[in-house]
Amino acid sequence: MTRYIVERLGQAVLVLWAAYTLSFLLLSALPGDAVNNRIQNPDQQISPEAAADLIAYYGLDQPLWQQYLQSLQHLLQGDLGFSITTGLPVAELIGAALPSTLALTSLALLIGLVLAAVIGVAAHYAPWSWLRSAATSVPPMFGAVPTFVVGILILQYFSFTLHVIPSTDDGTFLALIGPATTLGILIAAPLAQVFVAAIGQTRKQSFVHVLLAWGAGQRYAFGRGVLRNSALPVVTLLGLAVGELIAGSVVTEAVFARPGIGQLTVTAVNTQDLPVLQGVVVVATVAFVLVNLAVDLVYPFLDPRLSYVQDGRTRVRAGLFGLWLGPLARRRSRQVTPTEALPAEVVMP
Amino acid sequence: MSTAVVEKTAAASSPTAVALHYLRRYWALGLASAVVLVALSWAVLPGVFTAYDPLAVNQAQRLLPPSGEHWFGTDLLGRDLYSRVVYGARASLAGAFLAVAVAVVVGSALGALAGWFGGVVDHVVMRAVDVVLSIPSFLLAISVVVLYSAKTGTSGLVPAAIAVGLTASAKFARLIRSEVLKVRASNYVEAAVTSGSSTSAILRRHVIPNALGPTISLAAVEVGLAIIWIASLSFLGLGAQPPDPEWGLLVADGRKYIATRDWLTVYPALTIVAVVLSVNYLARHLRKRNEL
Repeated sequence: MTRYIVERLGQAVLVLWAAYTLSFLLLSALPGDAVNNRIQNPDQQISPEAAADLIAYYGLDQPLWQQYLQSLQHLLQGDLGFSITTGLPVAELIGAALPSTLALTSLALLIGLVLAAVIGVAAHYAPWSWLRSAATSVPPMFGAVPTFVVGILILQYFSFTLHVIPSTDDGTFLALIGPATTLGILIAAPLAQVFVAAIGQTRKQSFVHVLLAWGAGQRYAFGRGVLRNSALPVVTLLGLAVGELIAGSVVTEAVFARPGIGQLTVTAVNTQDLPVLQGVVVVATVAFVLVNLAVDLVYPFLDPRLSYVQDGRTRVRAGLFGLWLGPLARRRSRQVTPTEALPAEVVMP
Repeated sequence: MSTAVVEKTAAASSPTAVALHYLRRYWALGLASAVVLVALSWAVLPGVFTAYDPLAVNQAQRLLPPSGEHWFGTDLLGRDLYSRVVYGARASLAGAFLAVAVAVVVGSALGALAGWFGGVVDHVVMRAVDVVLSIPSFLLAISVVVLYSAKTGTSGLVPAAIAVGLTASAKFARLIRSEVLKVRASNYVEAAVTSGSSTSAILRRHVIPNALGPTISLAAVEVGLAIIWIASLSFLGLGAQPPDPEWGLLVADGRKYIATRDWLTVYPALTIVAVVLSVNYLARHLRKRNEL
């Protein structure tokens, strides 16, 4: 087990490093002219000393690999560089935007989970068949409506027409409900789809038939085994849902004009502030990888069937990112990762 | 089994009953196909469906509500919204198809390379795919768009579509690789190798036909996603640029007047939802057929 954890941690670090390198190549190295553009921008004059500072900081007078090493060193010190437009440290900008986005995404995740649970249970246990089929068709519906459309409709009907929730972010919890519901509906789609499919599969298993044959009611069977077995794929999906939450928060924050990481991203994009954009990508990737790491580490405890014995040692299935540590490791037969074991009809963006 | 029985009883009864039976069974499939067909015809021959020019400004007819003359009403500049939605189908669907085409081509090439050659090639390609999948894909797509606009100073539908396609190609690479591995281990490929077939012949005759089904199902799913993503990028100002009609852009435009003139938002939004819903339905149907 320790070996698995260490290996999995090593994978996570390697993936992060590779992802950073990719984002560096995409956003820093190729358009190295972003800083030059800024210096030569006639609209926003910059003093020669400041220009020299910028060039020295980004190492633009040095070869690419030195710039890369330098940026890696900065990164390890928690320094993400400076915004080209405002001159503020990127880490500070992201730090300021993060709490608002975290509040939004956590509430959205909660709403998404509740929606998924309600839809999943209704799709299988509702007393009327029309309700069951309606509930089954809700997740594909949710998945087909773009986030910005959901956001605009909620904003229009609940803020401007009914005046139930404030239309701008006034810092209250009430202002959070609109955007969080928007985002919650977005991630409820895959979660509910998985949950509905998983309940359907679990209900076919023999232990459920045995329970029912013994005279247990559907409710008892659900509570005793179906729920926990069907919740497992949903846990797996949580890791992937983080990516969707990040993407969704960009759109949601734009629609609701909420300050946060999403709006920071859109502003950075519109002003071509590449250091800020790169910082956002790095932070989002760290969050994404860490959550998936957590899911993979927790998973064997949730589902003991996933541990198996090989070469006399207890080994666990590989995680979401099967980044094996060397060619040696490749000789092992590749195990299905929890993510890949999801039901086939699940659609993840 | 049960469907066969039902169909036999239906076939035994009157033609009306048969028709009703199929109607009941396949009405959703028919509706979805019809919506997709209409959207595709809009994209291919927009001129047939509307007499109005989507870019023609008409100050006398600003912000008219939907009527017999202007089915979806008119916008701030007096442009006919229905014709903008019809012409927008071309941008939105072409963007989505371009994205999926990029994803299929890049992803299949990488996946086939990794699966067929194995060893170091497989290792390098699949680790790269893992890294791409570890970056939240919407942010990756945004980064590619920004990179393009920083390089060229322009942004538009094509870079947005390519960005969406490139981020989706990792999924195709994984799929194709696993399909190739499956086929490679089969007896008939072994037989082909022993009887002296060339690698390219084996790829052409065995690997590609076998991988085609799953690829098409994934591609169908990805078309729906790509429509949403490209509309979202355009909505954020990163895709198609005004005054070009594009569905996401139309919603973004209409949004400013939603309080008093909600048709400007509602019709383009409903169009996106209907098309994506139909595409997704067809994709699910295709996948079910493939699994049988």
